[in-house]
Amino acid sequence: MVAQVITSGLLMGFIYALVAVGLTLTWGVLDIINFAHGEYLMLSMYTAFWLYSLLHLDPLISLPIAAFTLYIIGYLTYKLVVKKVINAPALVALLATFGLSLFFRNTAQFLFSPNSRFINESIVVDKKIELGTIIIGMPKLVASIGSIIMVFVIYYFIEKTRTGKAIKATAQDKATAQLMGINTEKIYALTFGISGAAAGIAGAFMSTFYSIYPESGLMYGLLAFVIVALGGFGNIMGALYGGLIIGLTEALGGYFLGTQFKYAIVFLIYLIVIQFKPKGLFGW
Amino acid sequence: MKEPLLEVKGITKKFGNLLANNDVSFNVNKGEIVGLIGPNGAGKTTLFNCITGMYKTDGGQVFFRGRDITNMAPDRICKQGLTRTFQIVKTIKELTVRENVMTGAFLHTNRLKEAEEVADEILELTNLREKAEQPGNSLTIADRKRLEIARVLATRPEMLMLDEAMAGLNQTEIREAMELCLKIKREGITLLIVEHIMEAIMPISDRIVVLNAGEKLIEDKPDIVANNDEVIKAYLGEGYHAKSKKY
Amino acid sequence: MNKKKILFILLIVIALLPLAIKSNNFRHIMILFVLFAGLGEAWNIITGYAGQTSFGHAAFFGIGAYTSAVFVWKFGILPWYGLLAGGIIALVVASIVSYPAFKLSGHYFAIATLAIGEIILQVFVSWDYVAGATGIMIPMKERGLLNMQFHPRNKLAYFYIIFALFVFVLIITYLVESSKMGFYLKTIRESHEAARALGINTTRYKLYAMGISAFLTAILGGFYAQYVMYIDPFMVFPLSISMQIVLLTVLGGLGNIFGPIIGAAILIPLSQYTRIIFGGTGMGLDLIIFGLLVVVIACYQPHGLVGLIQNIRQKGVEEDERTPARG
Repeated sequence: MVAQVITSGLLMGFIYALVAVGLTLTWGVLDIINFAHGEYLMLSMYTAFWLYSLLHLDPLISLPIAAFTLYIIGYLTYKLVVKKVINAPALVALLATFGLSLFFRNTAQFLFSPNSRFINESIVVDKKIELGTIIIGMPKLVASIGSIIMVFVIYYFIEKTRTGKAIKATAQDKATAQLMGINTEKIYALTFGISGAAAGIAGAFMSTFYSIYPESGLMYGLLAFVIVALGGFGNIMGALYGGLIIGLTEALGGYFLGTQFKYAIVFLIYLIVIQFKPKGLFGW
Repeated sequence: MKEPLLEVKGITKKFGNLLANNDVSFNVNKGEIVGLIGPNGAGKTTLFNCITGMYKTDGGQVFFRGRDITNMAPDRICKQGLTRTFQIVKTIKELTVRENVMTGAFLHTNRLKEAEEVADEILELTNLREKAEQPGNSLTIADRKRLEIARVLATRPEMLMLDEAMAGLNQTEIREAMELCLKIKREGITLLIVEHIMEAIMPISDRIVVLNAGEKLIEDKPDIVANNDEVIKAYLGEGYHAKSKKY
Repeated sequence: MNKKKILFILLIVIALLPLAIKSNNFRHIMILFVLFAGLGEAWNIITGYAGQTSFGHAAFFGIGAYTSAVFVWKFGILPWYGLLAGGIIALVVASIVSYPAFKLSGHYFAIATLAIGEIILQVFVSWDYVAGATGIMIPMKERGLLNMQFHPRNKLAYFYIIFALFVFVLIITYLVESSKMGFYLKTIRESHEAARALGINTTRYKLYAMGISAFLTAILGGFYAQYVMYIDPFMVFPLSISMQIVLLTVLGGLGNIFGPIIGAAILIPLSQYTRIIFGGTGMGLDLIIFGLLVVVIACYQPHGLVGLIQNIRQKGVEEDERTPARG
């Protein structure tokens, strides 16, 4: 039973990691807390849902569309909102993204009603793998494998490609990056786009096994904050390990202490770790 | 007369593999101005941070007035009578110049009026009296650096450590800053000054300590240091050697 | 005109408005406005003056609400004692949880306060002694000031109670701001290092600021419980309460005594009236508009409305100075 719990915790952890990678990018590069990040997840789930319900597209097939849609939403978030507050006091940017999260959430409620929706047709739905006593649901398995792959794709992109290095340079020192001929404006918009796309992919995967409603992204947004802070702002590998720790803690905490305490335990673990590593596990 | 106020004994500080300070020892005597010089990255600011408790040292001891203050919290060290300024000025923007100085004066009083009186005395000393009512962010960089000094002076220190108080100033402003240092000395306050501008630090210092690559290279009177071949070769360069003849 | 005079006139206007306008709806909004202005002032002490961003103030609000509710509900103790006890409990809790959190800086501290707030919410949801998620209905008592219970249509009585509490919060804030502590908090906000070089024990002063802030927040939370007469954890502990406090203070002007008043004066009626006008559908149209307005205000008035007013005043002064020079 414990093995089952650990497995399912790890699987969720990988998905959390992908959501957190998106958040850690904007946080690390622009030094902005994006309170609307959880809503990206929700918007992506709705995108997957409507593509399924109107065009009968399997969420796993329509995944690139959801990713692209959220890339655009992320990009626009920067162009229309964040750009205007980036030089303002830190809390103002937060105010703006918080307003945005209210806007997204309630627009979804207005347009799609507060009711929960489910996608019950996908090649992965109702399939599972049994490994001895451990049962793994196919939707979750595919989602977490997909998430690991995406985390490493983004990691590779940031570390190895020219554009990725420009993003890193901008994060470290904007002024110097500009002197080196980097168009930081473009980099910021791109970072927000990638951030949205990461949440978009995670959301599309999750839509195969999670209920879709306007507040779907709320708790995941909060968990993503904790994961990012746990891993260290702007650190992709930090987000991966942070995601795994939080996924495991949530599952084990829920199993041993009751599901009503699972989030309390998650937040408590964060507070304890941060005592020893005040800048996160991989921060310095 | 040669009574050591600050004794630095074998301070060592590592950042990972980098040895930022290696076994640095020197004394500062009561009433002296000591200049701490060295090329960029020599470990001057690190040493300041170790002495004032901002960093935990990896070895060595610091004594102030004979008392061990090694790794003591900076605020407690300040209460002992030893404090410092920073390279980057930290003026409180929306407070007036007087109010900025009052933040220092509150160390010895809880009363607004008293803090105001102390602040006014210090403003007089530092020639900032006419600017007392201006907001902190309206000052020029020279005045801001002066305000930084005024603020720590208001804590009534016995010894003051200045970290590049003259960087970014023009010739006239540098001369004024030098005069301020001498004025502070006449008030009976001992000074340890980190400075890059040789023309400013050499004439006002009683002694000079040279740091290079984390280690103390030499410690002597300014004219001897300025003409020391090792110092010139290792770090000051030929350019300074020619200029230094003036002193 | 100096600050004290403006504040005084502002308070008189606020005190008289509900007398002049006899709509219960309006008076309800006035109560919420004063309540949230007070919460903003309290939050301003730790975040505006001391520079430590707290996203967890709902925890103190909820502790205050629960203490005063439990006092009446379980023990039949007058709510006034509950208010005070709530304040003290919040102060103690704040000191215990902030001490480790103060090791952290910037965003890390903010996320820690958010985590603390969420933990306390979860604890109350599962805590049987305080009826868990079911919540507490405050029993009816004899109406009057002593029991803080009035006829539901008598909004005026509630208004003057919260107004008095607000004045108390303002006095404390003013005393903090204009004393040694205010100077110290602002120094800490600017730079911890510089503060320590001035002999300031930064942890101690941050603890004082957090303690006072939590105490005042809890008192206001206690009033809220008595006013609405029914509370559950999701009403008084949610992140949205913490964020509303952040929002209105940042909107009005951070670290300024007028900031929360201006912020609350705009945000509270805005959210209430959009709810009245657009909320009838139950579809969240009110919050769509509210969210959008928050975004727009943040984008176009990043220094808070106090900043806007100051800019206008400064321009006015400059023009006054220029005029005689021309003549």
